[in-house]
Amino acid sequence: MGLLSKKDTALITDPLTDNNPITIQVLGICSALAITAELKASLVMGIAVLFVLGVGNVVISLMRNIIPSKIRIIVQLIVVASLVIIVDQVLKAFAYELSKTLSVFVGLIITNCIIMGRFEAFALGNGPWRSFLDGIGNALGYAVILIIVGFFRELLGSGTLFGIPVLGDSIEKTGVYAFGYENNGFMLMPPMALIVVGIIIWVQRSRNKALIED
Amino acid sequence: MSNKTDSNIYTILFAIVMVIVVGGLLAFTASALRSNIDENKRLEKQQNILYAMGVNENEGNSAVFVSTEKAPELFSQYIKKQLVIQDGKVSEDDQAYLIDVKKEQANAKVGNARRLPLFVGEKDGKTFYIAPIRGKGLWDAIWAYVAMDENMVVKGAYFDHKGETPGLGANIKMRYFMDDFIGEHLMKNGAFKGINVAKGNADPKNEDKTDNEVDAIAGATITGDGVSAMIKSDLKLYVPYFETLKQ
Repeated sequence: MGLLSKKDTALITDPLTDNNPITIQVLGICSALAITAELKASLVMGIAVLFVLGVGNVVISLMRNIIPSKIRIIVQLIVVASLVIIVDQVLKAFAYELSKTLSVFVGLIITNCIIMGRFEAFALGNGPWRSFLDGIGNALGYAVILIIVGFFRELLGSGTLFGIPVLGDSIEKTGVYAFGYENNGFMLMPPMALIVVGIIIWVQRSRNKALIED
Repeated sequence: MSNKTDSNIYTILFAIVMVIVVGGLLAFTASALRSNIDENKRLEKQQNILYAMGVNENEGNSAVFVSTEKAPELFSQYIKKQLVIQDGKVSEDDQAYLIDVKKEQANAKVGNARRLPLFVGEKDGKTFYIAPIRGKGLWDAIWAYVAMDENMVVKGAYFDHKGETPGLGANIKMRYFMDDFIGEHLMKNGAFKGINVAKGNADPKNEDKTDNEVDAIAGATITGDGVSAMIKSDLKLYVPYFETLKQ
């Protein structure tokens, strides 16, 4: 195994399946609903959270023995907010185009419950390496759900994937539109993301009965 | 450990040190990067203005600016005059593109005369009049550069936003939305009417250019309404200038 012990591997794989932050812990729902109308936005958000959660978990873990418990939530909030702001500023100075694409996500990252949730539940009680793995695992679990939801919403809502039309042209009536198919504009609305997440939760629990609470 | 970190004095000291360290770090980053960021914003304005008058490197369906290296040179090549209109008086100012529309709007609210920048560009023998406008979307500011001919027919537009929803309102900066404005008339029967971002206008291909309407984006009603509103309120201010052109 070398680098990763069995326990360490579980830190990454568990959030992808039976301990998924969105479908099992129901954290980070707000951003999962808001920005999944497009596959590209889902992917970008997934990568951004991966970075912030990985680094943030390590920082909090290194500070875990000196953080006063009375104000730990505020300290966590400050750490994640300043991390995100510094990254945003550096991007604005050196990769302006990229920063314009990402800046709308900044507010969503800071308020993402998964980040605070992992700081509180894991990084405060574990070493930096394990915290890093936990952060990566949870961010991947989050990203997977976002990408699944984004895939269905963009495909059924706009008939495109990554902005490329895959079902034909809805105005010129080519491809499947020639047979009377119509884009479901309702898929672009946030409530439909909730329904898609609900379906994922349903599928997951019907496959693994152990996940069903009484 | 818990004894030490639980005491009030430790908590307060920790908070103080944390605020100083984080505040210092953020202030340092902001001031160290300030000049770079300002320069990027300046170049972006030039790119936006050039984009609106059709000087861009669009490929397929994506909107591409001229590169930042070429922007200053192309800007001085294509933009022949930069005007500032204030109280009906027109003056030239080669720094007019740096006028902050947000500040001017705030100025106008407290009763001062608003300075209206207008950029006169020339390309392939045609003259473009480009005006910057600004308004509110769903979450935050939206703004645009609109290029018009002397009859106030839109010849090109560039829209941008600060924080509209990705995939919905943020799509105002996509080609399919911006290109819809090209050819649309702002005037109707001699009076200013603006362009409405309309739902269900029964013209999805946007073939009727004189209906003062473009097709809205599904799921972005409030952003679209913001676009209509800023066109109506801000471009209207330029009507007196365009009337002087006809004389």
